[in-house]
Amino acid sequence: MSYTLGQKQLDKIEDILTQDLIDNGVRCVFLIDMAGNIIANLDNGEKQHDIYSLAALAAGNFGAVSAMAKIIGENEFSLLFHKGKTENIHFNKITTEFLLITIFGNDISLGFLRLKVSESVEQLKVILEPLVSL
Amino acid sequence: MAFVNLKNKEIQVKIVYYGPGRGGKTTNLEYVYKKFAKRINTEMVTVKTHGDRTLFFDFLPFDIGIINGYDVKIQLYTVPGQVKYNATRRLVLRGVDGIVFVADAMAVRREKNILALKNLQENLAAYKKSIFRIPFVMQYNKIDLKEQGIPLLPLSTLEKDLNGQLKIPSFAASAVLGTNVVATLKRIISMTVASIKKDLK
Repeated sequence: MSYTLGQKQLDKIEDILTQDLIDNGVRCVFLIDMAGNIIANLDNGEKQHDIYSLAALAAGNFGAVSAMAKIIGENEFSLLFHKGKTENIHFNKITTEFLLITIFGNDISLGFLRLKVSESVEQLKVILEPLVSL
Repeated sequence: MAFVNLKNKEIQVKIVYYGPGRGGKTTNLEYVYKKFAKRINTEMVTVKTHGDRTLFFDFLPFDIGIINGYDVKIQLYTVPGQVKYNATRRLVLRGVDGIVFVADAMAVRREKNILALKNLQENLAAYKKSIFRIPFVMQYNKIDLKEQGIPLLPLSTLEKDLNGQLKIPSFAASAVLGTNVVATLKRIISMTVASIKKDLK
């Protein structure tokens, strides 16, 4: 698929991610497409990750999970969560083409994060849904 | 197609190395990684099985600098070559901008090459892309094996089998020794970037 995002839309996306997630204590958040391209990437300045590799693996991982869902008769698994000792990672599908990934510490509860992520996802959908024209 | 970020002035280009299993796709990337280690500031990502075969993909990102005011980031991927991993191959092809087909020049692999090329055509068709229109380079790998007395396919046979209709640039290469690995890469990058430039206009 092919799509274009203008400066205004990218600014709006970054505003949503900053207000809903970074300002609420999330360490790092990025929005990618299913080909592994990074659309937006924000962090709280504490840690730098190799986001390009992370995006490629996340897109591949999510693709694999979607294929698993189909095998067991589900349309999709819309979210994924991996728990670590100090860092956790959460994936949330936005449309069939876009994925929101958040990295956060143990100071945020998973429930709160999921609430904030789903609020962002609703807002992002308004911008991203019209783009999907595959 | 490539992702163009108008805000950060950045273009992300996806190039996929395709081909039959044990043909040398990963070895190509490993050579590039070694050769340009100074310019690549991240680690090569590889997801392998116990037997050292590519399970999911290898991934190697690097910058080629500024073109027309845009920071161009090249992302190299390989697919798992084994027949049974077609679902993952198709996944990796999603959003591909340019392809290198790494064919195995060993005589015993003739049929495997042809099947893998056909498989590529089918998988691209699933994304409504044509093998005839996408930036595409052919590489005949393992030419170094000739010196060890292993029967290789003559270049003319390889050309006829794999490049008869496509008529794309091709290179006789040795991924292990590095022969023509960089030449292949340069060619696919320049073809892909040219095609993206055309799309942007």
